[in-house]
Order: sequence, then C-alpha cells, then structure tokens
Amino acid sequence: MTEKRSIVIIGAGPAGLAAAVRARKSGIKDILLLERDYQLGGILKQCIHNGFGLHVFKEELTGPEFALRYIRKIHELGIEYKLGTMVISIDENKNITTVNEQDGLRIYKAEAIILAMGCRERPRGALRIPGTNPSGIFSAGTAQRFVNIEGMKPGKTAVILGSGDIGLIMARRMTLEGMKVKAVCEIMPHPGGLTRNIVQCLEDFDIPLKLSHTVTQIHGKTRLEGVTVTKVDENYKPIEGTDQFIKCDTLLLSVGLIPENELSEEAGVLLDPSTKGAVVNQYLETSVDGIYACGNVLHVHDLVDYVALEAERAADSAVKRIKGTNPQKRKRMTVTTGEGIRYTVPQIIDRDEKDKKIKIYFRSKAILKTVRVNAVCKGKTIYSRKFKQLVPAEMEYIRIPSEKLKGRNIIIEAVKK
Amino acid sequence: MDKIKDNYDIMVIGAGVVGGLIARSLSFFNAAICIVDRHIDAAMGASGANSGIVHGGYDAKSGSLKAKFNILGTAMMEETCRKLGVPYKNTGSFVIAFGPDDELELARLYENGIKGGIKGLELISGEEARKLEPALNETVTKALWSKTAGVVSPYKLNISAVENAVINGVDYLRETTVTEIQRTENGFNVITDKGALNTKVIVNCAGIYADEIAGMVNDGFFSLTPRKGEYLLIDRSEGGLVKRVIFQTPSEKGKGVLVMTTVDGNLLIGPDANIAASKEDISTHADSLDFVYKTALKSCSNLHLDKVITSFAGLRATPDTGDFIIGESRKVPGFYNVAGIESPGLSSAPAIAEFVANEISEILGGLPYKENYIEVLESHEFFRDMTMDEKERAIKENPEHGRLVCRCESVTEAEVLESIRRPAGARTVDGVKRRTRAGMGRCQGGFCMPTVVEILSKELKIEKEEVLKGDRGSYILAGRNRG
Repeated sequence: MTEKRSIVIIGAGPAGLAAAVRARKSGIKDILLLERDYQLGGILKQCIHNGFGLHVFKEELTGPEFALRYIRKIHELGIEYKLGTMVISIDENKNITTVNEQDGLRIYKAEAIILAMGCRERPRGALRIPGTNPSGIFSAGTAQRFVNIEGMKPGKTAVILGSGDIGLIMARRMTLEGMKVKAVCEIMPHPGGLTRNIVQCLEDFDIPLKLSHTVTQIHGKTRLEGVTVTKVDENYKPIEGTDQFIKCDTLLLSVGLIPENELSEEAGVLLDPSTKGAVVNQYLETSVDGIYACGNVLHVHDLVDYVALEAERAADSAVKRIKGTNPQKRKRMTVTTGEGIRYTVPQIIDRDEKDKKIKIYFRSKAILKTVRVNAVCKGKTIYSRKFKQLVPAEMEYIRIPSEKLKGRNIIIEAVKK
Repeated sequence: MDKIKDNYDIMVIGAGVVGGLIARSLSFFNAAICIVDRHIDAAMGASGANSGIVHGGYDAKSGSLKAKFNILGTAMMEETCRKLGVPYKNTGSFVIAFGPDDELELARLYENGIKGGIKGLELISGEEARKLEPALNETVTKALWSKTAGVVSPYKLNISAVENAVINGVDYLRETTVTEIQRTENGFNVITDKGALNTKVIVNCAGIYADEIAGMVNDGFFSLTPRKGEYLLIDRSEGGLVKRVIFQTPSEKGKGVLVMTTVDGNLLIGPDANIAASKEDISTHADSLDFVYKTALKSCSNLHLDKVITSFAGLRATPDTGDFIIGESRKVPGFYNVAGIESPGLSSAPAIAEFVANEISEILGGLPYKENYIEVLESHEFFRDMTMDEKERAIKENPEHGRLVCRCESVTEAEVLESIRRPAGARTVDGVKRRTRAGMGRCQGGFCMPTVVEILSKELKIEKEEVLKGDRGSYILAGRNRG
C-alpha cells in the first residue's frame, strides 16, 4: 500500500532530527521521519563525550544530550517517526519503499525527500592491509558502540590506524576503560582529526601519534597478535627498513567516512566523486527534483552543529517547494575546485535575484598557511578572503555576493599570497 | 563433540567440500557415519577460499583423474546445487590469448578438451570475444570459450552438503582434531583431542593435512605442498563487468589470474600461486595483491582498486603425484584416501563424492540405502532476491523478516536466526556471514557485527565475550568495561 506525505526524511540522526523540527516549525504537518535503529539520535547515541552544541545551543553538550534537545522537540511537535524501519529503495518519483516488523512492506510517496542517512566507516578491505584475518580488528565506530552502548571492551592493548576524530576519541575512551593504546598511526604528515582532539585525547594521555606511518601487515591466526607499522614517504609508500612490530590484540580503523548513498544512487541522484555525496545547488537540492540532502550523507562534517544547521537549510528548501515559494531558478553555474581545494558544497549555483550572498563550504587538500581563498569567474577574481590557516580536517566557508557572479562557472582556489 | 556413538561404520575426516559431499552421498546408505573436523564450522579451509568456479574440463590432461572427475562433476553441478539450494550459474568461461604463443596454447587446450569429449568448446577471435565481453582489452587476440563452465558458491555448497548429511543422521563432530590412528581388529581406533572413536572405515578428506593423516596409518606415500593463492574481492557495484569467467592463458604456474563475477555478484580477481610458508599460512601480502591486480589489468583495464572490499588467501593442496589421489590404501584396508584435491577439485567434488560413496559401500560389503533418505534440502530465497510481493508475504508470515540486520546485503533477523538454528548451523560470526551474507557487503560488518554478536550470544546461550569470529581463540570482545 502507498501512503502520501509532504516530506519524508530518511535517517533520524542529527541531520534528520534538525530537518524534521525545522520543517514542522515552518508549518508542514505531515512529515515522516524514518529510522532504521530502534531509537532516535543516530550516531550521537554512542558519542558520550562532550564538545557538541557550541554553535547551535551556545553551550557544551554530550552527543546524547545534543540529540535529546531535538528528540524532545520531535515529541512536543508531534512529528511522526518510525523506528526499526529500513528504507530499501527510493525512486526518482519519490516513492520510498520501507520494511519494518509492524507494517511489513510499505511505500510512501513524498512531495519532497530529505536524505539524511549519514555515513559509514571505511573498512579494512578498502585499505587492502595485507596479512591474516583474525578477530580484533574494528572500525572505530563499531568499537565505540561496543564500549559506550554495550559496556564491552574490545581488547586489552590497541593500535589505532588513522587519526580521524572517532579514532582519537576512542583512544581516550579505551584508555579510560583500562586498555593500553600503544600508538595512533596516520599515513598523512598531518592529523586527520580536530586539533582539540589531538590535545585532549592523545597528548593528555601520553598516547604517541605517529605521523607518516601506516599499518603494513596484520598478524595473528585467530585473534590479532600484532601489527607491523611502517614509515611512509611523501607518496605514502612504505619506506624499506622502517618496519616496527607492535604487539596488540586490537586494531581500530579510523580511516575515513563514506557517505551512505546507495539509496540516493538508486533514485538517480548524481554524486560528486570528491565528497562521495550528492551534487547539490545552494538550496541543497540534488540532481533529482525534490530530493534534498544534508549532513554527513552530503559530505562528511567536522562538527555536528554544522550538520544540524545544514539540515535546517535543506528543510527550508523542501518547505519552500511544498508551499510553492521556491526560488525561480535562473542561470545554472557550476562550482569547480581550483588549486589547493579538495571539494566544495554546493557544486552548483542556481542564480536567483533574491539571493544576497551564496555560502560555499570547502575543505583544503593540505595544511595551508596564510592563503587567500579566491572565487574566480571568467578569469576574474570576484571575491577573495584571507585565511591564516586551512586544515583538511576542518570545514571552512566563504560568502560570495551573488550580484558579482558571472558566466557559467566559478572556480574556488586557495593560493599563497 | 556433538553426538557420539561408540562405534561407527564410516568416519570421514575433514568437513571441506569433498568431505561434506562424500558424507552426504554416504548418508543415503544405512550406516553409522561421522564427520570429524578440527574447525568450528564447515568450509574453513580451501573450500571457503577459492574462486568458486565450475571448470569446463579442457584443462586437465586427458585420461587423468582430474580430467575424469572434472567432466563428470561439472555435468552434475547444476543438479547438485539445485537439490542443496546452493547458488550456481552456468556462465561459461573464456581463456584469453594475447598473441601467437598464447594462441598455440589455446589450440592445445582445445585439442585436449575435444580428445576428452568435452562439449561446448569453441575458439573465437579477439573481436568476437570483445563483442560478448566488452570489458576485455583490445590486446586480446583470441579466446577459448567453454560454454559448460560456471560459478558456484563454494562455501554454501560445502555447508549445505554437511547439513544434508546431518539431516540424514550423520554425526558432525566439530572442533575435533585427530591426533593418532590405531589399527584394530575391525578397523580403527581414532584418537582425537576430544576422545577416542572406533570406526570400520576411514575416508581421509583432510585437505592440506591429508598426507599427515595418511602418515598416521603408516601409509604416507604422497606429500602435499600448500600453494597459496591470493584474491581481491571487489564491490557488487563492479560485478557484472564480465559475465563469464575470464582466465588468461595458463602457464606452468597454474591457471593464472582470472577476472570473474562471483555467484553473489561481486567482482573477484586472483589468484596468484606461491608456495605458502606453512599449512596454516593464509596471510595476504602487498606484493602478491599488487601482482594480482596488475595481472588482472591485462585482461580488463577497467578495474577499480578503490572498490576493493576485502582480500583473502586460500591454500591449494598440491600433491607430488601430479593427480588427485583417490582410492583405498594398498597397505591399510579400510583406509580410503581422497587427497590432493586441488583445482579442479570443486568442479569434481560431486562426482568424486558419488564415486567414493559407492566404493566405500562395496568395501563394507554393499550397504543398503536408507528407507527415507533426504537428498533435497529445504531452502528459501534470500530476502534481498525476493520481489516486493514476496518480501511483503515473508514479513507477514514471519515479522522477524521485518528487522534488517545487515543493510549492505539486506539480510533479515529471520535469516540470521535460521542460519544458526538449521542442522549443522552457524556457531560464529563468520559462520553467519557465509550462510546469510551478513557482513559480506561494502561495510564489511561495521554496522551488523554487533547485532550478529548479540543474536549469537542469545541463541547459543553464551556470553557476548564468548562469541567467536571463527575458530576457538577468535573472541571478539575482551569483557565488560570496568566498574
């Protein structure tokens, strides 16, 4: 059977929750929030550390507290949600096929869909770390779930590969639970996570961070017995003679997050190979009419606050579409990455008279000190802003006055002055 | 040990695909039979780590046991898989040539196949090959097309064979390592780490250790060398790049690196062939995986390393005799070897099983068939392969189908529970994975593993820290958090 809804939001993590609350407050009554887990909150449920909410709530919260602020509003506003519900397909006509225990198979037809499925962790296989295949190898988030939700320790001594934020947080968390974290290895010459996490999770606990190091061999037949850690050169190739065996029974992988876009692709949503998320315009609309994306399914964020804020923008766009007040699209421009820039969101600007400034989020390819980030149209710099430092781990943005936009393309570049 | 009789008529040592299928064929006879295996589950040796190919049979030297059983086994595979509910596809295969030298070898293989009476062989031009397989490189000059070749899930075939045997009353004694064999008046007294068992006949299907088992009855006339093959398994999004199994022209090192779509829809490339450091060495190595990738690129340049989801290695039990070793020991009556079953062992297994079961029956004076033996396993379609209507019906019938445990492969809680509850069911996370595909997808269990651990713990009535990934020792959790 098919049921109709104005807005269906897929995923009830921070993005989905924030989008639902915003859309309801803007007057949309029939919103449906779909969640595969048996509780609202997404990954925040297991992020029991602090550092959330500084931008949105102007106070420091833990992950569950941050989620609870929104969950309370979901209840107060009477927003409909379904737990334990897996979306098994979406199509370009915005039909959403779901499965759960109570309703069986059910199809919802939406006027607008907001994609808020978040991301998953890159597994070991993707890195092709050779060696045996013992137990004791976890992605950092899976280990976090075991420790924080189930109260179970993954092992006794650990090495962490990758200095992404979850890995850093878990280095501290496991230490607090009495595990010995012997090293965090990072293949890049700079850390992958936020500076505050390097300081608070590693330095404060004397956990060595080995930059330009990677794991090159896994040892152990049944349970992990150790890893070979090797220094890498500037091309990330292992340097001969620098192998070091570290005895451990646990290896955590914190080697990147991948937006979960299998459903989006099925609906025909075009993806950006750099973000692995949807290609969107400044209204966060994907290449499929009426399907919007926000949060980590669009691009991996550094702070949950930014996820929530982005979700509110996606909700605003969906609401405008339903109320028929969505902006008249005029000229389509593509945003391309120039020197020093890894990706931008949006990747498309649909120019509209009502826009005052267009906010473009970006990440740099490497650590860049004292650079100017320029927006270039038809060979002319139309906007420029100075940055003391750009770090790949941290998302930045520029705001370009829309009246200055020219032509069909805009290049965002970061150049040394 | 699960169940123990004091005296068995037949003991099959080894629960690989050969041991499993032999035990199944034997289980149709009225006899007391057991399978003894050192692992916690079936398919944990070579049967769980190979290409999963049903070979055309043109390759092995005409007149050899390899050729004989390959041809017979390939012909039986479709029916065997249907009866056991095992995924099988008759895809066909190509052996591709990159120039005159290879073409000579293709012609030789073709001749060899024709001599062996193999049907469905055809030599085609590079252009024709590319028409059928557009992903093939321009450098392909010719191909030997074998239409009878196919792909099968090797571990599913193995697991289902053991299950079928158990349903027919065979005792499956897991985690039982044979340490010594004594000859007795009526047969053998087999000493294991779990106790001693008597049996009239032993069928030695111990895979890479079959030479050592034969040595226990002082009949170690052959020796086995572990030849390792490493593979890269690539995301289902890349599956379908090729429809057929694409071999390169074989060399002295083996059938060479292949590119294929597995029966589950993943792209698979590999294997290489190197002597392993030991019979336990199933580690992968950077250079080997690099070699596999670079060699596979020769066949199809459109292979994406960033889509690799896992790598694995398997050990071929290569005998020093050059052929399969199948037959009763000349020195020790009642001791029957089925050893050195390297490639095309999987293809040959159904035929070997039938042949060996009949031989054993004769050794025991001609066994009668059981009255109501079962040779067709009850099996269901995977939830992910069902149509929308079928899915709706499945959830109505069993709401546990409404709980999706593994998102990447759409595996339901009902399927995980069934995989544990079936005869000879899963005992480990890997066991659930092989039976249901939960954890086999692109996130490699990151999402579903904690749920599978929880279900195993409940079903097996053990603590979560006792739940294993694979064999004993492979615990997943070290215990509770402190206070």
